[in-house]
Amino acid sequence: MSTFFLLLILLFGFLITFQIAKASEYVGVLKGEKKNFEANNRVNGFLMIVFLVLGLIGVYWCNELYRGKILGESASKHGEQIDTMLYITIAITGVVFVITQVLLFWFAYKYQYSEKRQAHYFPHDNRLEVIWTVVPAIALTVLVGFGLFYWFRITGDAPENANQIEVTGKQFGWIFRYPGKDKVFGKKYYQNISDKENNSLGLIWDDASTHDDIVVGNEMYIVKNQAVKLIINSRDVIHDVGLAEFRQKMDAVPGTPTTMWFIPKFTTDEMKKKTGNPDFEYEISCDQMCGRGHYTMRGIIKVVEEDEYKLWLLKQKPNYVQVFPDKDPNAARPADSTKAAVTVPAPAATASLAK
Amino acid sequence: MSNEATLHGHPEIQTSHDAHHDEHGVHHHKETFITKYVFSQDHKMISKQFLITGMIWAIIGGLMSVLFRLQLGYPDAHFQFLEDILGSKWARGGQIQPEFYYALVTMHGTILVFFVLTGGLSGTFANFLIPLQIGARDMASPMLNMLSYWFFFGASMVMLSSLFIETGPASGGWTSYPPLSALGDASEGSKTGMDLWIISMAMFVVSSLLGGLNYISTVLNLRTKGMSMTRLPLTIWALFFTAILGVLSFPVLLSGFILLLFDRHGGTSFYLSDIFLATTGKALPNEGGSAILYQHLFWFLGHPEVYIIILPAMGLVSEVMSVNARKPIFGYIAMVGSMFAIAILAFLVWAHHMFVTGLNPFLGSVFVLLTLLIAVPSAIKVFNWLTTLWRGNIRFTPAMLFAIGFVSTFISGGLTGIFLGNSTLDIPLHDTYFVIAHFHIVMGVSGILGMFAGIYHWFPKMYGRYMNNVLAYIHFWITLIGAYLIFWPMHYEGLAGMPRRYLDYSNWISFNQFGGLNRFISTVAIIVFAVQLLFIFNFFYSIFKGRRVMTRNPWGSTTLEWTAPIRPGHGNWPGEIPEVHRWPYDYAKDGRDFIPQTEPLGANESAH
Repeated sequence: MSTFFLLLILLFGFLITFQIAKASEYVGVLKGEKKNFEANNRVNGFLMIVFLVLGLIGVYWCNELYRGKILGESASKHGEQIDTMLYITIAITGVVFVITQVLLFWFAYKYQYSEKRQAHYFPHDNRLEVIWTVVPAIALTVLVGFGLFYWFRITGDAPENANQIEVTGKQFGWIFRYPGKDKVFGKKYYQNISDKENNSLGLIWDDASTHDDIVVGNEMYIVKNQAVKLIINSRDVIHDVGLAEFRQKMDAVPGTPTTMWFIPKFTTDEMKKKTGNPDFEYEISCDQMCGRGHYTMRGIIKVVEEDEYKLWLLKQKPNYVQVFPDKDPNAARPADSTKAAVTVPAPAATASLAK
Repeated sequence: MSNEATLHGHPEIQTSHDAHHDEHGVHHHKETFITKYVFSQDHKMISKQFLITGMIWAIIGGLMSVLFRLQLGYPDAHFQFLEDILGSKWARGGQIQPEFYYALVTMHGTILVFFVLTGGLSGTFANFLIPLQIGARDMASPMLNMLSYWFFFGASMVMLSSLFIETGPASGGWTSYPPLSALGDASEGSKTGMDLWIISMAMFVVSSLLGGLNYISTVLNLRTKGMSMTRLPLTIWALFFTAILGVLSFPVLLSGFILLLFDRHGGTSFYLSDIFLATTGKALPNEGGSAILYQHLFWFLGHPEVYIIILPAMGLVSEVMSVNARKPIFGYIAMVGSMFAIAILAFLVWAHHMFVTGLNPFLGSVFVLLTLLIAVPSAIKVFNWLTTLWRGNIRFTPAMLFAIGFVSTFISGGLTGIFLGNSTLDIPLHDTYFVIAHFHIVMGVSGILGMFAGIYHWFPKMYGRYMNNVLAYIHFWITLIGAYLIFWPMHYEGLAGMPRRYLDYSNWISFNQFGGLNRFISTVAIIVFAVQLLFIFNFFYSIFKGRRVMTRNPWGSTTLEWTAPIRPGHGNWPGEIPEVHRWPYDYAKDGRDFIPQTEPLGANESAH
């Protein structure tokens, strides 16, 4: 019912506006076309300057209102560089923005029609045109220079000692794999993937280096002040690992692994204090449209101190052990049972290979 | 005397005057309703067909944005009327369901980018202005021109029909990246809806190729005597470059779509590799494809596409601004040169949409350089417009207001392009609301403001009547202010990293601080949409009831279209086509208000 009333009000609004508009057109014709034009021109000229002034105030006010709700200090070393770059760009474009908008609306106001004025015939001026070709070119060269300097540092190779974690996107969640003690990710093949058999990444159990690989969902642990390199995959469609606080982003493309690395500066607990938000978490947002649950595809990154990280890692059971509890080296310790598993593939693994 | 008569002068006399011209028109063939209004080969009628189809699409596309803005502004609210209208599948309990939300944003993007700002904008003004401004009786091939519209119409019908099928229209974003768009099991919208989307887009490509080839050959071959290329109005230059861009880039898009169609139904693996779908619990057999390949093919059109949208708007604005500042456009050759530079560079920057796809960083750096290079010709154009206003004698006609608005939004949106084109900054800003703000301001709002400028300016030529000025002023100011209120704060959401294409942010710790802002934006968006309806009303009302145009050249313009009769017949000029003696921007020269292109140079007069 309220919708109906709303539409009715809207309709009346339209009708009234239309009647006013029509009436003023008649009045204009009666007043004489020239007088009417001049009156309208003055009003619009005045509105130009009003728009400029209110607009600039609005820009400033909007900035005051929202500056506290954006960035915050970057939580990664790369992010600091990106923020520097951002402020350089804001400064340069901000100056250009204000100058050009002021000129635009000021000229429009100042040179509005007047019977006395004769427009100035000024078709071209090579000097001026050279100036506004060269000056922007220089400004942009500076920006490109800064940009690429940081770009190559950010996209360059990760340090040798970076912790490697494999991130895999799926509809609609994240899977993380740690290489385990051997620091090697075991082989996987997507045809082996089976959620039923608890092999969400399609690890090949024949490859012994998969046996200590730890696979977890939703929460990823990383260590403060240590470089971390993410190897990013997707299981189905394109996703994107978006890390707003670390200022990082990289697509997860099925069939084509990508990488990203950064050094986290603050633990999650430190960020809780910094932001004053006891619920703070580093979130992984999917930034590439991936289907109906895209907006819910949330992962968590826990940045912790090294001790806590090691403790957490110890508590995790390798995926292999979860699938074959009898092969758990910690549970029963008949010597060399792990080796047997290498040579004799488990029946379940063979079955999934055959699929 | 009634008001009607005061307004409309002497309709009887006017009508007989028009009829008189028609009798002397070049084409004497008898016109039926069908040949005149439906399968017309007259470029003017075809242009109106494009315009009105585009406007209908704009209303549909705009209405979709209102619906998803309702969701974004009020994610927890229950709008019962939505369920009443849309049914419980799409709006259960009055809440927009995710599939429907994604279908809405996908269709909104597709419709506005292709059907409104490409078909509607280029289709309208290339058809209308090219023959009239270069002094031709019609397009090089009126038949192909007619087919161009009817392919566009067919594309429209297929796209429209996809809105009504059970699984809904395509919903993978207007870019339709595979594998999502290739696999029906990955998304409802990738079922039949996606097939219809591809078919419709293929027809659209055919339409724009037929149109584009026609525009190019007309501009090159059918210019009237004396109309050298450097005497063309900037509108024609802009539409000419636009057509070239379209002809060279649309086929690449089509090839991308055809491969996608093969992947969908032919069992090929162009874009598919290593895929396991949880919905079916099965791994697909496809291996070795590259999902990124599609993005290259798509953006090879996709980036020129934004210039296909903005160049015509630039052309229209240049012309309108010069006429209403009563001053030559500043730096004509620089304007043409910068459009040429933009057209070339448009083909060399596509991968800046792909900085975070895992693109080789070195390749990325090349695209950074080329992308930021495009800012130089854009800056030249802006400064030339500013100088055109300087010491002018400006008439704020509705068209001129929109032209000034265009420059303002083009500056605002262009500057944020410098952020996104720089790969370092693209990392945090990619696929956030910053991008939404950027391209809506620079392409969406600017494109549509340029289109409005064109419509208000050439409406008298199209229909022989004026639109209502007061409604136009209201339309302009609310649209411009509203556009800034909607899109300016979105930059801040983007700087916070808020991803696009989410329908509800309340579960996110990092992005839930903007609930109030989203409500505000939604409210403004609804108001702005309502004001566009006012424009639509003004447009159609004025076609039939607007104040009649009494003089051939109401704006005091130099270009050829205003030498044609007030309501030109098919063939445009009765008798000889006028000859051209000078460039189109002789305003305020030698103490004269304007000198038409048809007037020979005086004895002591220098060419500009």
